[in-house]
Amino acid sequence: MTLQEQQGEAELIAAILAGETQLYHDLIRPYERPVYLLALSYMKNETDAEDVAQEAFLKAFRHLSSFRADAKFSTWLISIALNEARGRLRRQTAARTESLDKDPDEEGAVSPALLRDWREIPSEAVERGEIRDLLRKAVETLPEIYREVFLLRDVEELNINETAEALNISVSAVKVRLHRARLMLQKYLAPQLKSVTKPKRRWFAWS
Amino acid sequence: MVIECKHVWTYISDYLDGTLSEEIRVTVQKHLEHCELCSAILDSTRNILVLTADDRVFELPVGFSERLHQRLEEELKQKKGS
Ligand SMILES: [Zn+2]
Repeated sequence: MTLQEQQGEAELIAAILAGETQLYHDLIRPYERPVYLLALSYMKNETDAEDVAQEAFLKAFRHLSSFRADAKFSTWLISIALNEARGRLRRQTAARTESLDKDPDEEGAVSPALLRDWREIPSEAVERGEIRDLLRKAVETLPEIYREVFLLRDVEELNINETAEALNISVSAVKVRLHRARLMLQKYLAPQLKSVTKPKRRWFAWS
Repeated sequence: MVIECKHVWTYISDYLDGTLSEEIRVTVQKHLEHCELCSAILDSTRNILVLTADDRVFELPVGFSERLHQRLEEELKQKKGS
């Protein structure tokens, strides 16, 4: 975000707080996607994710006056969404039992899938539903702490500091988790993508 | 300085982000020039990151925006009325 955009945002917020509440629609438009995706990564289903996202945008509106002008609206909003998603998961009873005894950042290295060559897969491949499903599933199966960092940093393109702030973790934790997430995705996806995008042999080739 | 493949892998993420120190970057670069294995790992990782970041992979559900702004509108009206 440019300084200008950031200033524009600060002005919007001031105007909304001064009573021009309609401007809230404009304020949040750029964040619909990141907030939804983050919610989806927790809730794992579209309906709950949409609920969480709506709730987060409403809460942010209701608490807009407590937003500190020196903070970034995006990270503040994302942490509200995060709390909403986590709170809801906790309420959904036995949610998932994540091991709390060991610091996940201390775990051993992730090794990549070993390949001897890589044939570039062009972005048009994403038009194939099968490829989209594969990519989505890969991200969804990442452990939560890696998934959230990956989504914010690589999919939503927040910078390292913004990601750290939004998730309330250190910059070095962001780096470690991001690295692991990327290698996990490479490990999971490289062999599968390679086989689904393999050029088809003609029927008369040696088989 | 010569490094092993295993060490190169630990630098992949920083290498892609361009956040390695100059010295390590050069070392990694040199290794990549003659190691097919590490080059393929790096290329596939970079490629996978481009694909997963594509807007078409994670889409907002149809009508998401409309429903959201509708709900906000109700809230905004209430606020005004109160
Ligand atoms: Zn190597």
